[in-house]
Amino acid sequence: MSTDDLEALGLLHDPVRRSLYDVVTASGGDVGRGEAAEAAGVSRTLAGHHLDKLVEAGLLESGFRQQEKKGPGSGRPAKVYRRARGERSVSLPPRDYATLASVLAGVVDLLGAEEQAEQAAHRAGEGIGRRHAGEPVERVLGERGYEPYEEGGLLRLRNCPFHVLAEEQPLLVCSVNLALCRGLLEGLGDDPGRARLDPRPGECCVALSKTNGD
Amino acid sequence: MHLAELNLAHLRAPIDSAELAEFVALLEPINAIADEAPGFVWRLKESESDPTATVVHDYGDHLLINFSVWESQEALWNYVYRSAHLGVLRRRREWFLRMAEPYMVMWWIPEGHIPSLAEGMARLERLKAEGPSPEAFTFKDFYDSSEAVSLPAAAEARK
Repeated sequence: MSTDDLEALGLLHDPVRRSLYDVVTASGGDVGRGEAAEAAGVSRTLAGHHLDKLVEAGLLESGFRQQEKKGPGSGRPAKVYRRARGERSVSLPPRDYATLASVLAGVVDLLGAEEQAEQAAHRAGEGIGRRHAGEPVERVLGERGYEPYEEGGLLRLRNCPFHVLAEEQPLLVCSVNLALCRGLLEGLGDDPGRARLDPRPGECCVALSKTNGD
Repeated sequence: MHLAELNLAHLRAPIDSAELAEFVALLEPINAIADEAPGFVWRLKESESDPTATVVHDYGDHLLINFSVWESQEALWNYVYRSAHLGVLRRRREWFLRMAEPYMVMWWIPEGHIPSLAEGMARLERLKAEGPSPEAFTFKDFYDSSEAVSLPAAAEARK
């Protein structure tokens, strides 16, 4: 655990910053000061101050968006915010599961044991699902960091909880993730076929059809 | 600089066999996704009229060759792993044998340069023989274009 990580996460203790962070990350894209201020119910100036603090701490990134109106009086390009790419984590006592997962993923790849890994993931997902029986899948996936949102009749997942590993072993990790999601649906008593591979840049590789039979 | 990428796949059966029919049927839609992908520059095509025609080459009939050029690592990554291509990739064992040695290589080229297949195969041989370097690398051991520009090989390709 680094002191930087702890300090950055400590910033989110402030309820205004926390809600601004939530507004920006939930949008999945660029959010302007005014927009963030309105959603968080604070003034534009206050929002700007806190958003910049979050950028300084490396939790958000900022950029500029060209104003739609051109010519004199259109003003400066608007400052916008998005979630930073880097990860922050704090574990007490210190733990490092990512290194272990990376080693094991490498072994699966070496052995060509993808199918066994998918079966194991399906079983793990089923176990998780059973522990949450009766709960809506959106909530269960949300609690596991997938950040589900609805779009075009699908339940899409904004965040990949296995991002670093998915960059290292994309094929294996995405297949394992799909199996995990299918198992989870099955454990919930839902239709595992709802989970399908539907990757797009910057998001989780899995999407769920809305309900059975859709 | 643009990014060139070559990959080989070892076919389980002849490309015109029944075992490969499903794969061949997927060539057109998947290549269409590549052609329309942001950052796509070029790919080696056997035929402009037949989208199911695979590249004919002298390196053995069992080898299927994909050879393309992209604007950036991210552009290629998003096509390979963040499009419908991923679903096809997942099914690779149905059509291709597992390869023990490296079968994919990338290297930087000057914009506008169309690399030859011989150049690509030489890069792959280099990766096999010497491991990843700025002249021949992989997603896992990636080198930025800034690490490649000062190299004599890149300077030569620019001539």
